[in-house]
Amino acid sequence: MRHIISVLLENESGALARLVGLFAQRGYNIDSLNVAATEDPTLSRLTLVTHGNDQVIEQISKQLHKLIEVVKVSDISEAAHIERELMLVKVKASGNQREEVKRCADIFRGQIIDVTPATYTIQLVGTSDKLDAFIQALGTTPIMEVVRSGASGIARGEKTLAL
Amino acid sequence: MTSQTQPDDKSADSTRATEMLSGAAMVIRALADEGVEYLYGYPGGAVLHIYDALFQQNKVKHVLVRHEQAATHMADAYARASGKAGVVLVTSGPGATNAVTGIATAYMDSIPMVVLTGQVMSHLIGGDAFQETDMLGISRPICKHNMSVRRPEDIPYLIKKAFHIAQTGRPGPVVLDIPKDMTMPNQKFAYHYPAEINLRSYQPKLKGHSGQIKKAVTALLGAKKPILYAGGGVIMGSASNELTELAKLLNLPVTNTLMGLGAYPADDKQFIGMLGMHGSYEANQTMHHADVILAVGARFDDRVTNNTKKFCPDATIIHIDIDPASISKTINTHIPIVGLVQPVLTEMLEVLKQKKKKLDSAALQQWWQQIDQWRAVHGGRYDTTAPLLKPQYVIEQVSKITKGEAYVCSDVGQHQMFAAQYYKFNKPNRWINSGGLGTMGFGLPAAMGVKLNYPDADVVCVTGEGSIQMNIQELSTCKQYGLGVKIINLNNGYLGMVKQWQDMNYESRYASSYMDSLPDFVKLAEAYGHVGIRVTTPEELQPALERAFALKDRLVFLDIHIDPKEHVYPMQVPGGAMNDMFLSKTERT
Repeated sequence: MRHIISVLLENESGALARLVGLFAQRGYNIDSLNVAATEDPTLSRLTLVTHGNDQVIEQISKQLHKLIEVVKVSDISEAAHIERELMLVKVKASGNQREEVKRCADIFRGQIIDVTPATYTIQLVGTSDKLDAFIQALGTTPIMEVVRSGASGIARGEKTLAL
Repeated sequence: MTSQTQPDDKSADSTRATEMLSGAAMVIRALADEGVEYLYGYPGGAVLHIYDALFQQNKVKHVLVRHEQAATHMADAYARASGKAGVVLVTSGPGATNAVTGIATAYMDSIPMVVLTGQVMSHLIGGDAFQETDMLGISRPICKHNMSVRRPEDIPYLIKKAFHIAQTGRPGPVVLDIPKDMTMPNQKFAYHYPAEINLRSYQPKLKGHSGQIKKAVTALLGAKKPILYAGGGVIMGSASNELTELAKLLNLPVTNTLMGLGAYPADDKQFIGMLGMHGSYEANQTMHHADVILAVGARFDDRVTNNTKKFCPDATIIHIDIDPASISKTINTHIPIVGLVQPVLTEMLEVLKQKKKKLDSAALQQWWQQIDQWRAVHGGRYDTTAPLLKPQYVIEQVSKITKGEAYVCSDVGQHQMFAAQYYKFNKPNRWINSGGLGTMGFGLPAAMGVKLNYPDADVVCVTGEGSIQMNIQELSTCKQYGLGVKIINLNNGYLGMVKQWQDMNYESRYASSYMDSLPDFVKLAEAYGHVGIRVTTPEELQPALERAFALKDRLVFLDIHIDPKEHVYPMQVPGGAMNDMFLSKTERT
């Protein structure tokens, strides 16, 4: 099962390395990882997408919590939540394909943010599934480059992960 | 060991506020304020300022080892015996990497330790400077926490933080990396040692959940075949008395893990021995057939459970542990209680005493009859008629002559298992061994660390000719500091445990398990200025032991030649349940 785990972490050098190291040492998966400082510069917020059975996910939460610099851990996919990922895609777009790519980007509510006579760079925001679907939808359009941020997540409603 | 000199009130603060110290002096002063008596270490370029500060005071004493690994094991063993963090000081690069095995050893057994490692100057870090290694990177997976000093004035805070993290919650080693420029003698800063530390991201739970404790008591009182399974958490959590009271109150059978030996007195009739791979027949049978298991400060290690899929099929498991990650990690727990073992057991006792319901005494009596039958099956028997000295006999005699009260520091291998099985540990903190990591070379430095801090106690190092040679150089340190350790070298000329596995699984093909060209250990001991005694027959053993223990202040190296064919039994059958065991070379369950 796919899980989205949010972590509030002391914004100290070495803290991220310790967290990532934990996954390598204990053989847990990281599908994506996304991290930046919060409005409080002493704290980092990290969103980690992983998969595993219930026992593995429970261990991941517990082991994360054990790290001294980890302030809070929450599996936000356990309840209603919002998930967003940013993707930048550079595609070959010339001749007939140029129109088709534009239409496709519009359907997915993507934006073309850079243009050359032969390429488009498209920005797309959504759940990771939606980004996957867009890549599929591009079909035969030659993809030159893909950059994805990894998912960020937040709980719906009044629930927060904060100090 | 809690410091009396620490400035914990305002008046003391104001008189000290102006004290200006260099980073190096702060390191030593903070250790003194923490109440540290001994520092185990080895000097080198990156820590010379600190060593100079050490030289200029007399509160903290330094023990110069011959290899940094030994410094870590000395500090570790002190912590195991006393419950307080041991402290190590080593230089950067090879000094730090030599300490790695000792840090990992302490980490695996949850032993509090503070390791100060030197580092090259801050501006050189990352440039492959002389004796530079990324000690934070290297030690990250093998310590509870690590930190580096970025400003000299932070040193007192970071040292306090290191002790706080090492000694609270589930204890463990903490590494503090100190770049040389943080300790410059001519740069001085205001010194203040914090009385306490509060970290928003680290708030270990102390008390257990009362609702869970009540649930556990109900489950326990409903048991017909209960067992108490106690581990190292009882020792480090100083909960031996509460554990014993609980066991007595309910007349429970008690088994201790390798790390928990001494948590419950071995001479008591309710003690059914160690459990696990080389556990007693009765302990493993009792575990397997139990309907309620009360696990206290134990972690269901693979050396205990055998095949987790076949583990104790009928048991409701209650698990008390300070570390939530240890609960339901390998074996699913039905009633988890997160908290320090001692307050949880105390609360459990209170709840129990208020309850009118008692255990079903008829069922319990039947259970004890069954256990006594199991006891009769193996009972730790071994061949007493053989002409060659048996290692089991040696340990029994050591146990007798020291009345089960010595500190027994073991290396790793067959001798370790024989010591665990045949020495009668009646007190906690007396059995000192590398359980989790299985570090050969641990025994001698461990015995040194204990002897230094408990000079009047009998301190025994049980070892083999393989393990002892991994830190044999420390015989020199023993001479320098007058450490009268008694070394019981169970010499069979083989790496005994490797050989046993080769006998059992590899048709006795002894790939690199025979050591040719062993030294004359008696002469070697004498060369280091100690007493060496060789024992080759059963008749020679008693007088040799008497002579060794009579020489109170001398290190005596007893090189005891034992039967090289002996195996450790019982031994769990790989892949089997708790109670699938080999009982001798020819019998199995």
